[in-house]
Amino acid sequence: MEDFARYIPHTEEDIQKMLEVVGVKEVKDLFESIPKEYRLSKPLNLPSPLSEPDLLHHLQRLQSPIFSSFLGAGAYHHFIPAVVSALTSRSEFYTAYTPYQPEISQGTLQAIFEYQTLMCQLTGMEVSNASMYDGASSLAEAVLMAHRITKRKKVLLSQAIHPEYRKVIQTYIDPDQQEIILVPYEKEEGRTNEKVLLDLLDGETSAVVVQSPNFFGVVEDLHPIIEKVHENGSLMIVGFSEAIAYGILNPPGTMGADIVAGEGQSLGLPLSFGGPYLGIFTTQERFVRMMPGRLVGETVDLDGKRGFVLTLAAREQHIRRERATSNICTNEGLCALMATIFLSCLGKEGLRELAIMNLSKKEYAKKIVSQIPNCKPTFSSPTFNEFVLRIGEKPEKVLEEMKEKKILGGLPLAKFYPELNHHLLITVTEMNTKEEIDQWAENLQRALIS
Amino acid sequence: MDVIPAQAGIQDIRKEWIPAFAGMTKYKDSIVDKKRDTGLIQDEPLIFEQGGKGRKGYSLPRWDIEEGEASNLIPFNLLREELEGFPQLSEVDVVRHFTRLSQWNYGVDSGFYPLGSCTMKYNPKVNEEVARMSGFAHIHPYQPEDLSQGILKLMFELEGFLAEITGMDHVSLQPAAGAHGELAGMMMIRACLQARGEGRRKVLVPDTAHGTNCSTSSIASYQMVEIKSNEKGMIPPENVAAEMNEEVAAIMVTNPNTLGLFEEDLREIAEIVHRKGGLIYCDGANLNALMGIVKLGDLGVDVVHINLHKTFSTPHGGGGPGSGPVAIKKELAPYLPIPVIEKVGETYKLNEDRPLSIGKMRAFYGNFGVLVKAYSYILSMGAEGLRKASEMAVLNANYLMKRLKGHFYLPYDRPCMHECVFTDRFQERYHVSTLDIAKRLIDYGFHPPTIYFPLVVKGALMIEPTETESKESLDRFIETMMEIAKEAEENPDLLRQSPQKVKVKRLDEVLAARKPKLKWTKGE
Repeated sequence: MEDFARYIPHTEEDIQKMLEVVGVKEVKDLFESIPKEYRLSKPLNLPSPLSEPDLLHHLQRLQSPIFSSFLGAGAYHHFIPAVVSALTSRSEFYTAYTPYQPEISQGTLQAIFEYQTLMCQLTGMEVSNASMYDGASSLAEAVLMAHRITKRKKVLLSQAIHPEYRKVIQTYIDPDQQEIILVPYEKEEGRTNEKVLLDLLDGETSAVVVQSPNFFGVVEDLHPIIEKVHENGSLMIVGFSEAIAYGILNPPGTMGADIVAGEGQSLGLPLSFGGPYLGIFTTQERFVRMMPGRLVGETVDLDGKRGFVLTLAAREQHIRRERATSNICTNEGLCALMATIFLSCLGKEGLRELAIMNLSKKEYAKKIVSQIPNCKPTFSSPTFNEFVLRIGEKPEKVLEEMKEKKILGGLPLAKFYPELNHHLLITVTEMNTKEEIDQWAENLQRALIS
Repeated sequence: MDVIPAQAGIQDIRKEWIPAFAGMTKYKDSIVDKKRDTGLIQDEPLIFEQGGKGRKGYSLPRWDIEEGEASNLIPFNLLREELEGFPQLSEVDVVRHFTRLSQWNYGVDSGFYPLGSCTMKYNPKVNEEVARMSGFAHIHPYQPEDLSQGILKLMFELEGFLAEITGMDHVSLQPAAGAHGELAGMMMIRACLQARGEGRRKVLVPDTAHGTNCSTSSIASYQMVEIKSNEKGMIPPENVAAEMNEEVAAIMVTNPNTLGLFEEDLREIAEIVHRKGGLIYCDGANLNALMGIVKLGDLGVDVVHINLHKTFSTPHGGGGPGSGPVAIKKELAPYLPIPVIEKVGETYKLNEDRPLSIGKMRAFYGNFGVLVKAYSYILSMGAEGLRKASEMAVLNANYLMKRLKGHFYLPYDRPCMHECVFTDRFQERYHVSTLDIAKRLIDYGFHPPTIYFPLVVKGALMIEPTETESKESLDRFIETMMEIAKEAEENPDLLRQSPQKVKVKRLDEVLAARKPKLKWTKGE
């Protein structure tokens, strides 16, 4: 029998009996309702079926080599405790559908309720949804939501927001209804230029969007702007791509943010070449009915026993159809579960310690690299686990040489910021050992001299 | 005190959990709780209601450099105090907690999952293993392209497979889910029409459409015009012709439609729309009926999205991650999301230099971890396997429909494709509804079908068995449904009070919406 039969259980005898019940002679007769001229006369042009061992052999050869890495920029290499994969591998979680039938989905529903709580605690906000596709699309949905609330036309985006996130926002907005205005970053400090930002703020501004830590790793300070943003009737949206930072950073919610939207990949999700990731979306209670995405709420069953259900669905596409707050349906449920398990393991102390370790490792790398001639950290502001480094050579050449030593030395920034054409974004996490950082610095120095 | 008391918010549970001595949570009188004689479905408090100070479920790499002091490195006013409310659990606590939670769930591996329009087929285990291979799972999206050649080859080939299966010219793997693919598709249509100098503002959507079609068209800034389906459950070409004009950008159809019927006049509809300059969007949620049977591209479809988490066996994850690649005809190619994967000689490249592109739909390139599983599935099945899958999916649906007919009302009595739609009309006279039937199925160990959708059918029960169910499995379900039909007659209360054999009984959804409690709060 064919190898693919392992996924299709029908025997010839079954098929015959079933066809009899249906009342047709052959399998092809089942497709009589399709006009004949539409039906394919020859097989699809696809490779022949592979057995499981042959498949594994084929896929093993497509893998990438794993190098010592100093890449980050919205995708971070963090340790994932074995517990995360062990528990999310339970097929009761990963082979379930969206929890439409709450009585047999309490596992998923309670886990999402816990996730929503953790996200509120992490960001200092009042409400979290069940997840969005990724940090970029989550931030884009935040911009759309601000437009729905304020009905205003302009959105001020900091230039220090992840450039790919800015592109996604650009895709999501309707240029007939909304306009993006970029706020430059301070050339010395690497922070969003608050003076320009405040000058640009006007009666048409629906929202001000900054990212913290921003794309350069710099921790932004909302204090000087937030009141003026609110006085202006605009919403303050804060994005982020490195959630671990909030193990030590003041959460945007306590500083008055209206929407906090960002990326949760750092919370127990593998890099996986850019996805699946986890879009985190939190806001304040007064906006809950305007927010996109699924929500889980606590309630009681007929016996008064605690239980959880999907709720406030009147915002969603399957009820509200063309008047829904978003078209999102399937989101990143299992990724939210990974984050929940990851944070349950780390807990209050662990997340803080992890954040401090990231901060310290970055500081160590920054210190030793500053001693290399022709190497200089670009921005003076404090950063979390990333920093921008100016080098005296063309980054491409230097990175190529480091690659030969199996080191991914950093991300060249010229593609995103033409003015930063001798600059690398360096990311250091708890996964980079001292030895690895030393070797990175040595090889960087060697590449600069050669 | 460092104890986390029980903050359940419900009398019953609050009584059970009280703060006890430091670091522990203890039951009121004894550590044996007589209320918990519920076997494997016993209660489990929230993570916030257990554990205590000093419990630890993690270990970090050793400190091989000097530990920095956050307040020396970051200004004080940018630092937070403690992570208020965060749990403190041991690894065992975490494992027991989530294992218990998983036991309250029902997945495809637990049993038959005939959720219409969701294609809950078996998710092969090897695909999970493949996605976890370290040379995929630990690869950074920004690593140099020459190190990612295998990965890019995989993606490029997957695009080719999906284009072949749908009969389209190009595919973008970027969208993260079906609705995201729809949005990308509608944006490409908008961009294409704008490039032609046409500012069309309307989209035709049949009354049988998925809710996402409607919301996607409005998020893509289109005004929706509803097209009525006829008594056969089909879109009548004349209804399309009546609404089609130079204001209409596209029609969004689903084929097979949500009644499980093949839209027999799709080609004619496509001609009507094309003649007036509009485009055809097809929701590919139901592609599982058509692999190797019909190519949507041959029917005049210009854009179709594909749900890899339905047709191509990647697990649904309890609500994602999915993946919703979008396939298009040549004319729309300039507008594809960036980057586009290109093959130049023997080298694969990510090309961002495409000035007419709609832009980026997400930060990186797609849900790669999901793409690997779909690629692995297609390679396991080949052309014959995929065709066989569609054939058996359709056979299963027709078999089930034929056997249940007479026990449940079948509003569109004609051969179906991969799913069929019944209603509760026969049971109405006993005051038993679709919801009751669905809930009673749970007591018998089945996941219910999709209920109350499509909206054009009152009290719909939409059943999609998929090809991975054996005849025995279908027979068990069919006989259970027959039994439920009998129970509706003889003991309707049993149905109205179901489910009984579950962790929780029917839940008060009105209360949940009226007084939203969307997170745990300390001290409530």
